[in-house]
Amino acid sequence: MAFLDKHKAIETHATLLLVLSLLVVSIGGIVQIVPLFYLENTIEKVEGVRPYSPLELAGRDIYIREGCYVCHSQMIRPMRDEVERYGHYSLAAESMYDHPFQWGSKRTGPDLARVGGRYSDAWHVDHLTDPQSVVPESVMPKYGYLLNAELDGRHITQIMNTHRFVGVPYDEAMMENAVADFMAQGDPNSDYAGLQERYAKANVSNFDGQPQLTEMDALIAYLQVLGTMVDFSTFTPDASR
Amino acid sequence: MCAKQVTKKPNEPVGTTGHEWDGIEELNNPMPRWWVWTFYATIIWGVGYMIAYPAWPLINGATPGVLGASTRADVVKEIERFDAANAEIKAALIAAPLASIPTDTALMAYAEPAGASVFRTNCSTCHGSGAAGVEGKGYPNLLDDDWLWGGTIEDIHLTITHGIRNTTDPDARYSQMPAFGVDAVLEPAQIDAVVEHVLAISGQEHDATLTTEGATLYAENCAACHMEAGEGDPTQGAPRLNDAIWLYGGSREKIKESIANARFGVMPGWTGRLSEDEIRAVAAYVHSRGGGQ
Repeated sequence: MAFLDKHKAIETHATLLLVLSLLVVSIGGIVQIVPLFYLENTIEKVEGVRPYSPLELAGRDIYIREGCYVCHSQMIRPMRDEVERYGHYSLAAESMYDHPFQWGSKRTGPDLARVGGRYSDAWHVDHLTDPQSVVPESVMPKYGYLLNAELDGRHITQIMNTHRFVGVPYDEAMMENAVADFMAQGDPNSDYAGLQERYAKANVSNFDGQPQLTEMDALIAYLQVLGTMVDFSTFTPDASR
Repeated sequence: MCAKQVTKKPNEPVGTTGHEWDGIEELNNPMPRWWVWTFYATIIWGVGYMIAYPAWPLINGATPGVLGASTRADVVKEIERFDAANAEIKAALIAAPLASIPTDTALMAYAEPAGASVFRTNCSTCHGSGAAGVEGKGYPNLLDDDWLWGGTIEDIHLTITHGIRNTTDPDARYSQMPAFGVDAVLEPAQIDAVVEHVLAISGQEHDATLTTEGATLYAENCAACHMEAGEGDPTQGAPRLNDAIWLYGGSREKIKESIANARFGVMPGWTGRLSEDEIRAVAAYVHSRGGGQ
């Protein structure tokens, strides 16, 4: 066959082989990836999901920096045991503003997709500072130094800009007030009405119990919002998906 | 030996593929039969799988597959199956007056293990896997007779349902101890005197020269919540002070810290996260741990 005879040309020209291999592999990739951009169940609209507030976003960066994802997943799978332990299974839309998503693949510690509101801020401080002091059987390392790392929101506008660049809808008001919102969320005595208007249900608290704003504040602000954006008492996902 | 084989002219009935590199020729041996048949079998399996399960992405969704498999539908169905299996006892648990649950052996046979599993999943992180709390850190021991907000099953049920001092549930019970040192309500010397009085009423070693002043200050500043003899007040979450059980530590330093900075223990509310039957089961479990009133 004439067509198969051409195979010799491919096998004997390394560059041609490379280019054609790339072509074949990318077809496989496209077939798997492209439908995710338009299929209904991957772009399911869910009420309540909002972009992270500046402080939560900074906390998320600390979460990634400390490698929390190495031991903690953020993905409750649709199985009864997981739903009973962690809460409603995760929806794709709940990580729509995560760049990159923190689903993870390993659980040395528990899943954190719905850890928000489950424990008090003080518990998070105790637990991050010395996990074994509250959970003796834990193997988690200590993160007490987060209490000493002060934050001033210096780079938060640029970080938000980067997220905006990849599609997170931070509007002009959010960008202009980024630093103010950043500082306000960690101080219950501040004027945080604007913050809560821009970021629905944003939890304002002195998370770490210290007067200054620290990485501990940011990380706990992030943990306390995880999985709390969607109100499952009013929203039921389509079971056929 | 190897070199000898390579140079040997191939003399095989299968012939060669015609490929030749620097004098090395490739024999055209057939693939092993078992391998070829396994390969064909996987192709057939793949086709069958595509028909049976969701596979090809189309315009509005993937092909559903003839088996109609859906993980979301499966989990809903499975949860419903377990709910249905326990529906009767759960309904009985919700219908029963709270106070009657601890003495109802039929209900407790379900509520205790069910509550234990709810407790281990949700409560043990703060209150400890054995419900003994974390001494000195403000996570109450649930096994003893000291109750911050009341130890009847109704009180426990209320505490679990709405939590304590949280900002998420408007029905959470709330109280705030003044920070006597930080807010300069008392002078440092006065705080020292109150500390000695608290040490005295809790039966610990104390400086008797300060207790008279301490008792007066206590009566003026502390007795409204912690009561005259330090018996505490569960209606406002004021801990009992005249015994050996301490939430944040009973040493001189710890008591001083508590008076100067105040304490503000927060518990999340569990409505929404737990269903009413789960809340009742775990309330019954906690009540049955030994301290229930």
